[in-house]
Amino acid sequence: MKAETRSGPAGLAEVRRFVDLEIAPHANAFERAEWIPREVLSRVAELDLWAPFLPSEFGGAGMDMVTLGRVHEEIGRGCSSLRSLLTVHSMVSASVHRWGDQAQQEKWLRALACGEKLGAFCLTEPDRSGSDATAEGTTAVRDQDGWVLNGTKKWITGGQVADLFMVFATTGSGMCTFLVEADRPGVRVTALPHVAGTTASMLALVEFTDVRLEPSALLGPQGWAAGTVMTNALGLGRYSVACGAVGIIRAAIDACAEYTSVRSAGGVPLRDLPHVRQMMSGMVTARDAGRLLCERAGALSDAGDPATIMATWVAKYHASKAAVQAAGDAVQIHGANGFSPEHPVGRLYRDSKVTEVIEGSTQVQELTIAAEAYREVAQ
Amino acid sequence: MSNDARTQIRTFITTKFPDVTFSDEEDIFALGFVNSLFAMELVMFIEKAFGTRIPNEELHLGNFRSVALMADLVARQTSAAVG
Ligand SMILES: Cc1cc2nc3c(=O)[nH]c(=O)nc-3n(C[C@H](O)[C@H](O)[C@H](O)COP(=O)(O)OP(=O)(O)OC[C@H]3O[C@@H](n4cnc5c(N)ncnc54)[C@H](O)[C@@H]3O)c2cc1C
Repeated sequence: MKAETRSGPAGLAEVRRFVDLEIAPHANAFERAEWIPREVLSRVAELDLWAPFLPSEFGGAGMDMVTLGRVHEEIGRGCSSLRSLLTVHSMVSASVHRWGDQAQQEKWLRALACGEKLGAFCLTEPDRSGSDATAEGTTAVRDQDGWVLNGTKKWITGGQVADLFMVFATTGSGMCTFLVEADRPGVRVTALPHVAGTTASMLALVEFTDVRLEPSALLGPQGWAAGTVMTNALGLGRYSVACGAVGIIRAAIDACAEYTSVRSAGGVPLRDLPHVRQMMSGMVTARDAGRLLCERAGALSDAGDPATIMATWVAKYHASKAAVQAAGDAVQIHGANGFSPEHPVGRLYRDSKVTEVIEGSTQVQELTIAAEAYREVAQ
Repeated sequence: MSNDARTQIRTFITTKFPDVTFSDEEDIFALGFVNSLFAMELVMFIEKAFGTRIPNEELHLGNFRSVALMADLVARQTSAAVG
C-alpha cells in the first residue's frame, strides 16, 4: 500500500489538504456506502499516517503524541470512520511495539507501519457489558502445541478489512492478549450493517472457533500485568478519540459558518441572529478547550509522565461531550437541511455520539474523574 | 539506590492516596486501593522516575506488591542496564 517515494509522514499542512480534497467531500458517500474505498486507505499509507509514532527501525517516524493528536484531529474533521480505523490500528501497532518480543516486532511492525497489514482491537463481547472490559466469553486454552481460541467479539472497528486481530481472552491465569491473523482457520468475520455512527468504519462481528495459535501468539505479560496491556492500548485509543472529537467540532464550525452566511430567515442572514452567534461561540470555545486538553495529555505522554492517563480521561470526557453538543447545535442551525445527506452535520451528529460510548463511556469516565477529584481534595 | 527508590515510590503512592498507611513490606494490593488505572500509573512512574523499561517477564504482581519489592525491581533493572 505504501508509496516508495516519501521520506517521512505528511506534515500537518499536507494532511489538512488531503482531508479538504480527498476525505471531507466524500465522507457522506462513505457513510452511505458503509465503506471506505481501498484507494483511500492506500492514500493514508502513501502519506505514512498509519503508525508514524513507531520508531524508524520499524518503518515509522518516531512522531510525538502531540503531533499524532493533531493528525487524528485533522482526519476526524473529515471523517470519523477513517479516524476510527486509525485509532484501532494505532492501538494494535503501539501494543506490538510496547509488549511484543523481538520476533513479534519483526514479524508485524513494518507491515503495520506502512499499512500493508491493518490491525483491529477485539475486546468487546456481544453478551457482556463493554464497560466492564472483561473477556470472559472468550477462552484461550493452552495445549502442548500452543493455544486454542474460542469466542465472539462484537463492534470491531475495521474488522471487515483487518489482517491482524489483537484479541483479549481468558486463560487459566486470567486475561491475556493474542495476535491472531484474520485468515487463520476458524476465524469468521461478519459485517455489521447499518450502524448509526461511524457507519463507514467497517465494523464486524468476529467469531473464533477452535482457532489454533502458536505459543508466540501471546502478546505481553500474563496474569495481573496483562491488564496493563489493555489499559495502555485503551489510553492511546482514548487520546485518538478525544482528538478526533475536536476535529468533529471544527467540522461543525466550518459547516455552520458557511451555511449561516448564505441562508436567511425573517430577512436576516442566520449569521446575524444572536442565538446562532451564541452557539458558534460555544463551539469555538469547546474546540479550543478540547485542543488544549488533548495537547496537555499528549505532552505528558511524550514525557512518559503517568499523569497522562488521567489527563487523557479528562480530554476525552470534555471533547466527546462537546462534540455531541456542537454537532447537535449544528443540526439545529441547519434546520431541515441538518438532516439532509447533502450536508455534513447529520453525519457529524451521529459520529459524535459514538465518541461518548467508546473507550470509556461518559458515565464510566465520570466515575473515574470524580474519584480523582475526591482523592485530590483528601490530600 | 534501594532506599532512595523506596522513598520515591512511597511518595508517589502517598501523594495519590494520602489516607492510606502501610509499611514498606506490606502488600498494598491487599489494602484494596490499587485499581487497574493506578497499576498502570505505577508502572509508568517507575519507568520514568528510574529511566528503565520493565521487561514483560518482570511485570508480575509479585514485583509490585510492596514498596520494598518495587524498589528491588528497580535495583535489578538499573543494575542490568549498567552492567
Ligand atoms: C461504533 C463503535 C465502534 C466500536 N469499536 C470497538 C472496537 O473496535 N473494539 C472493541 O473491542 N469494542 C468496540 N466497540 C464497543 C465499545 O467499546 C463498547 O460499546 C463500550 O465499551 C461500551 O460498552 P457497551 O456498549 O457494552 O455498553 P454497556 O457497558 O452495556 O453500557 C450501557 C450503559 O451503561 C452505562 N454504564 C456502564 N457501566 C456503568 C457504571 N459502572 N456506572 C454507570 N454507568 C455505567 C454506560 O455508560 C452506558 O450508558 C465499539 C462500539 C461502537 C458503538
